[in-house]
Amino acid sequence: MSLDASLRLELGTLDLWLDLQVEEGSTVAVLGPNGAGKTTLLRALAGLVPIEHGRVVLDDHVLDDTSRGVHVAPEARPLAVVFQDYLLFPHLDALDNVAFGLRCRGVARREARRRAQEWLARVGLRDRGGARPAALSGGQAQRVALARALAVEPRLLLLDEPLSALDYRTRAELRHTLRATLDAFPGIRLLVTHDPLEAMALAARLVILEKGRIVQAGSAAEIAERPRSAYVADLVGVNLFRGHARGDRVALDGGGELTVPDADSGAVLAVVHPRAVALYRRPPEGTPRNVWPAPIVGLDADGPRIRVRCGGTIPIVAEVTRPAMEELRLDQGGEVWVSVKATEIVVYPA
Amino acid sequence: MPRRHGRRPRHAAVPRLAVAFAAVGAALFALPLVGLLWRASGTDVAAALGSPAARSALRLSLICSLAATACSVVLGVPLAWVQARAEFRGRALLRGLTMLPIVLPPVVGGVALLTAFGRRGLLGQWLERAFGVHLPFTTPGAVLAETFVAMPFFVLTVEAALRSVDARLEDAARTLGARPLTVFRRVTLPLIRPSLVAGAALCWARALGEFGATITFAGNFPGRTQTLPLAVYLALESDPNAGIVLSLVLLLLSLAVLVALRRRLGDAL
Repeated sequence: MSLDASLRLELGTLDLWLDLQVEEGSTVAVLGPNGAGKTTLLRALAGLVPIEHGRVVLDDHVLDDTSRGVHVAPEARPLAVVFQDYLLFPHLDALDNVAFGLRCRGVARREARRRAQEWLARVGLRDRGGARPAALSGGQAQRVALARALAVEPRLLLLDEPLSALDYRTRAELRHTLRATLDAFPGIRLLVTHDPLEAMALAARLVILEKGRIVQAGSAAEIAERPRSAYVADLVGVNLFRGHARGDRVALDGGGELTVPDADSGAVLAVVHPRAVALYRRPPEGTPRNVWPAPIVGLDADGPRIRVRCGGTIPIVAEVTRPAMEELRLDQGGEVWVSVKATEIVVYPA
Repeated sequence: MPRRHGRRPRHAAVPRLAVAFAAVGAALFALPLVGLLWRASGTDVAAALGSPAARSALRLSLICSLAATACSVVLGVPLAWVQARAEFRGRALLRGLTMLPIVLPPVVGGVALLTAFGRRGLLGQWLERAFGVHLPFTTPGAVLAETFVAMPFFVLTVEAALRSVDARLEDAARTLGARPLTVFRRVTLPLIRPSLVAGAALCWARALGEFGATITFAGNFPGRTQTLPLAVYLALESDPNAGIVLSLVLLLLSLAVLVALRRRLGDAL
């Protein structure tokens, strides 16, 4: 039991081309920036956008196979979608929203309503069945949308940014409930989001999607350890450099050079944690192999820690404490000396 | 869920000059009505309305305009649907065609209807030979003429509403297992209901006032094709006072419906 999708489609400026497998009983989160093609991927899987090339197989149902001209209509696919803005039908109350899918599948009205009521109770909205979507809070609407999707007992549940339309507090509350509901759902779960917190809270496996391509997949820890793109490095909060290794030197693609602990060759990625970057007002003396002057271009406060963005040939972020910032008067800008110990740089093949 | 139906945004105040021009515009509409009221005030309203001819015309007008509205709804909903949603060559031409009766002088419309449905008309000859049906100068002919002139108002209103429906709601319905026709019936139609009602009302009001196409295509036969506007026209020559009273009835009837709708439906109209 699994979802096996291999598809390509072009839509406007987006060129979506990927292979994706999701096993039953696991939740996979597709994480990517806006415009990466996440929603288009969901719509393609749901059959709402035709794919140009490829195959989508759910269990043993072939949903799409362009080589044989197979395209199963959205209404005939054994899946359900929780949409980003929930898309509850504004003219129906919560109960009829949840009963909608069952009615479409031929369940008699009374029975459909009875089961819809059960689902509403399961998501904690026993008493809200008579409310129109406009009268529901964001969190309630999200749960009605979830109940509506689950009520048809789909094999595959697709979720598009399930929590991002909610305010911060509701999001934190619902993350837990949603996780529990997803874990109890016996089918295949695929969610797309731009929020790494949402992805990590709800899914064990992450797939990073950028510009229509999968750049990386794995557990959150695996991805954090060896980010493969600037987007991921940014999410994880580390400095990522792309370059070519030659012995213990890495010539960076953007100019400049880093001395690294191990000899290597070929295209590599190098990661430096901001904590491993030291700043000085005067040229430092000592063992660090990587020392260069750089202008300060910005400061971001993150609790007691300050992230100092340095520009120049090798743009890098350093993390310092507030007292250190005050002592060096980093908030006044100007030039600093950046120092990174070679042993603090992690290098791996690009 | 983001609230879309919040309080209306407050607009900036309208400049005085615009208000002045608006007053002139409104007077253009209001003065003729006042004029009619003023002229009718001296006449014997009961006598004018009580005459068999007036009653028959009023009855026929209601029947024909309601029948024309029903025809417009039955044919107009699918037509609007096709125009709003289907992608095909010649859609611009089709949209132009459905709008044509709005800009065409109704008399020309009547003549055109004769060439199509008249006894020697394109379709008319065949209708007569095959079914013995002839439309010109009959009540169904009057309904046809009114439908021809009034249906565009319905189609335009409904088409605009169909375009404004959030297509993602329809997508959501499909992923829940609804076939396209079910989506239309259970999601799309309920969402555009205010516009359906508004379009039907506009269409009915237009049909009620139809004159040119009706008199050209269906003639002016009391009890059969002589609707209220035709009766007004005829009465103006023989009994001007009766004509004025009938005009007033027509005007007030339409005005009442339009005002009531505007209250209930707001922006849909």
